[in-house]
Amino acid sequence: MVFAENEDVPTWIIETKGRKFSAPRKVTLAPYVLTQRARTYSENRIKYPLKRVDFNLNGDRHPETRGKSGYERISWDEALDIVAGEMKRIRTTYGPEAIMSRCSSHHEWGNIGYKFRTWGRFFHLLGFTDIFDNPDSWEAWLWGAVHAYGFYWNLGVPEQYDLLEDSLKNTELIIQWSNDPDATCGVYGAQESAIWRLWLRELGKKQIYIDPYCNHTAVTMADKWIAPRPGTDAAMALAIAYIWIRENTYDRDYVATHTIGFEEFRKYVMGEDDGVPKTPKWAWEITGVQARTITALAREWASKRTAVGTGTRGVWGGACRQAYATEWARLVVLLQAMQGLGKPGVSIWGTTMGAPFNASFEFPGYASDGYGMNNLAKKPAVNSVTQRIYRLLIPEAILNPPIHWLGEGFCGNSLEQQFIPYTYPEPGCSEVKMFYRYGGSFIGTMTETNRWVKMYQSPKLEFVVNQDCWWCTETGFADIILPACTNFERNDIAEWASSGGYSHNSSDVCNHRIIVYQQKCIEPLYESRSDYQIFSMLAERLGFKEDFTEGNLEEDWIEKMFYATDLPKYVSFEDFKKKGYFVVPIPEDYKPTPALRWFYEGRECDTPDRYNPKKGTEKAKELGTYSGKIEFVSQSLKDRFPEDEERPPMPRYIPNWEGLTSELAKNYPLQLISPHPRFSFHTHHDGKVPWLGDIPGHRIRKDGFNWQTIRIHPSDAEVRDIKNGDIVKLYNDRGAVLGIAQVTERIRPGVVHSYESSAIYDPLEPGKAGSIDRGGCMNLLTPSRLISKNAPGMAPNSCLIEISKWEV
Amino acid sequence: MTKYALVIDITRCNGCYNCFLACRDEYCGNDYPPYSAAQPFIGHFWMRLIEKERGKYPKVKVTYTPVPCMHCESPICTQASSHNAVYERPDGIVIIDPEKAVGQKEIVSACPYRVIYWNEEKNIPQKCTFCAHLLDEGWKEPRCVEACPTDALVFGDLEDPHSQISKIIASQEVEELHPEYGLKPQVHYIGLPKRFIAGEVVFGDKEDECAENVKVTLTDKRAKKTVKTDNYGDFEFEGLQPETTYSIRIEHKGYAPKELHVQTKTDVYLGEIVLIPDTDLAQTDRQ
Repeated sequence: MVFAENEDVPTWIIETKGRKFSAPRKVTLAPYVLTQRARTYSENRIKYPLKRVDFNLNGDRHPETRGKSGYERISWDEALDIVAGEMKRIRTTYGPEAIMSRCSSHHEWGNIGYKFRTWGRFFHLLGFTDIFDNPDSWEAWLWGAVHAYGFYWNLGVPEQYDLLEDSLKNTELIIQWSNDPDATCGVYGAQESAIWRLWLRELGKKQIYIDPYCNHTAVTMADKWIAPRPGTDAAMALAIAYIWIRENTYDRDYVATHTIGFEEFRKYVMGEDDGVPKTPKWAWEITGVQARTITALAREWASKRTAVGTGTRGVWGGACRQAYATEWARLVVLLQAMQGLGKPGVSIWGTTMGAPFNASFEFPGYASDGYGMNNLAKKPAVNSVTQRIYRLLIPEAILNPPIHWLGEGFCGNSLEQQFIPYTYPEPGCSEVKMFYRYGGSFIGTMTETNRWVKMYQSPKLEFVVNQDCWWCTETGFADIILPACTNFERNDIAEWASSGGYSHNSSDVCNHRIIVYQQKCIEPLYESRSDYQIFSMLAERLGFKEDFTEGNLEEDWIEKMFYATDLPKYVSFEDFKKKGYFVVPIPEDYKPTPALRWFYEGRECDTPDRYNPKKGTEKAKELGTYSGKIEFVSQSLKDRFPEDEERPPMPRYIPNWEGLTSELAKNYPLQLISPHPRFSFHTHHDGKVPWLGDIPGHRIRKDGFNWQTIRIHPSDAEVRDIKNGDIVKLYNDRGAVLGIAQVTERIRPGVVHSYESSAIYDPLEPGKAGSIDRGGCMNLLTPSRLISKNAPGMAPNSCLIEISKWEV
Repeated sequence: MTKYALVIDITRCNGCYNCFLACRDEYCGNDYPPYSAAQPFIGHFWMRLIEKERGKYPKVKVTYTPVPCMHCESPICTQASSHNAVYERPDGIVIIDPEKAVGQKEIVSACPYRVIYWNEEKNIPQKCTFCAHLLDEGWKEPRCVEACPTDALVFGDLEDPHSQISKIIASQEVEELHPEYGLKPQVHYIGLPKRFIAGEVVFGDKEDECAENVKVTLTDKRAKKTVKTDNYGDFEFEGLQPETTYSIRIEHKGYAPKELHVQTKTDVYLGEIVLIPDTDLAQTDRQ
């Protein structure tokens, strides 16, 4: 992790206030990465191809026992013959669209092996019903914020360029509103920015954390912790605007020149249109935060150059995954607009991204150039099937079609792409009959996931395959299980922390931009094989091996990737492989281009935001909205959904549809929040290495089992006779989950906290939908209802539960 | 002559557990004769983290105290062992010989820091070795220090005045855990958690405005310290002694002062302290 002594690429230095700030010359690691060696050898590895014992290929398939029946070991030949045979049968009988396949959001790293590439190439060449992923980690930023400030090409994430330097030099106050950067690491950024937050503290920049839970970063960094009730953030935002308007402490000039629609907003905030002034007192009744605290926050925010972080990429925190979250996300943008977003020190920044960055060095991420290694292949892989399903509605699609939804999931092409209506089945198309599941995390990561259990047991799914390295929550529902190997058991090539595509330049989360030759360390364990090998063998049986591989081994694709980048300008392929990594130099004459400074100063966009479609045109001074400005009243929403009361053209406070004022709260009075975990990258590390049971922030071992940690305030615990370390049951009408109680002062009374992404689904009654789960899958409890009528995002943080001590 | 030591700055520790996990990664399943036998897959904490939640809602902090072997200058484990099973190297690292220490369970309970663990399967006591096997190969620091993302752990040679650790110890106050044991640990700490007293002052007649700039004075037997409440009406005194009685006096013009006595058995969050307007006094003043 420490750079080689002969590494001559210098590290950047930022100078301010008479000090020099420079990152250590080493690479940091996220905690779970230190478990990767042990994880490779985990007992939980899928060792051999397996067939479900109740599955009779030519007889009764017993779909109803999926999740319950055991498995027997079979050979690779037998497994692949069955899979290929079924694929042929289903394609012939129903059409290519009868096969559906999907990966989990993340996969084993590497540009060749990653899901988009290997899996993507295979299935796009084959033709299949693809699934649109909902923008899970940042829902309301896509469905909401784009309509305030554009950035749809980044799926609603605002540019973060050079904000480290801007914040060190100019920012005076940092408000982290639903952000836990020490836990979420800029997604792929390890702990590169941990030291940045220490620098900010050393420079005397105050940090305020707004979160119902005093999160991992807040407990060591917060100068002030404010805990609103979940689902009420929009009300707090409006009250802040109220104070600024009443006390005239906002940037009137900026609002006049850089925004539209403010007057209508002002009337709403001051209560001139609905008779309800959005005062701090009004907000106190909704949020539970004292009016005086909201007032003081508003005044402090206005009096200082403030950076607001609402998640690990500037955005992405849990408050964007709840009922009507689009309103709050837009309001954050509008609040910063009222303070001159883009002014030195005034930004939307999560304290994780925006290191000095050589954006001109070309190294595409795994998501660049679409699916299937299309930038390297002779024949691009293009899906012949147009039928689609939406990930959040997969169970309904199978069990109770037809289904309808809006948008293409990751809607990065235009503001309107998220409005496109879809129906499944597509007229003229067959329903899906086969699910080839690549990975198996959804029971711990999607919503109301007992629906998935029911779906898997439906006879509508004639055949189910699961391909994964480890046993995960959905693995035990497949008919055939194929063992894949990890990226320690094969070679690959990639840039650290760069996915490319809609997250272009995301590796500015790293202090050094590093390209890695991912060396194979050991031969694939047991009978596991690389995904590329598995798909090559299947492609052979299906008659398109030549199209899939184009005669290439994995090593050949790696070499092609090398030559498709700027690497050869600096190093030979042999030297690169020998050293194992390449540190991208930053030019000596590097000039920072802070995010949105150009917009603030009325200039043309000068950041490396390549996919900004207006950049380099006569509209280059504009944002990606219809007006080109920040829109208090969204023109795109006004154009398409002018009457939508759940996501109106101008954001409003709308009571949480599963909040404390709802009917459900009578039986289920506690609000469950389930943000991203710190000690596992989604489900990747959970459940594979028992060490995570020694970290109370993740799981706690009791009686030989690693229970999911459930955080509850003493006042809520006491009335339920729950003590620290008790096993507890969380439940509502949707499901029930067991965990271990951690009675803590770090949480707002009335709120229960437990991380999502359990990789362990351990029902007390296997095979029964609705069974109590011992593994810790919080998403059995969360609602499948979407953010709002026309905003099809997940809302897991709008979830009411009750909790009781689990006696036996 | 080298003299290894470790400084742990708790104010820089963010509780990532990298040090603990790096140690597990290095030692689980790996023998390094003659330095150490493999650590069991679970159950040992050669680098242990003590998490401490401090305060009450909504004033809560957490400190993390990493506890490896102290590599004491006068190690008690050497005395508790027989057949030279435990020895101190010239560079200060204390090693339990994985072969000679077989069966010597008493070594575990000899250590008052409780950093020695019993390996049931191998019948030996085990502990942190400062990764001596790596240092002897040319590594500059143990795995835990390398894995730390914030320089909360600094390792080096005290005999070298130019080393980072020497500079830190020369310029900052460091302390040891339990100096009263007299074992002279080579692990030093900055920012070990003490006690805080905090509260939020509220004006009884103006609950919608935070009580900013209210004078709060802390007194104990020896000293007095005064702060003003911030823009949220909050105040905090940190770095206080445990098991001590303090007086807190809160005063603001136009309000009756409040005096509280607080004992720091734990950190103390006083919650909302409401100041009542002293209207009688005010009238008297006007006359």
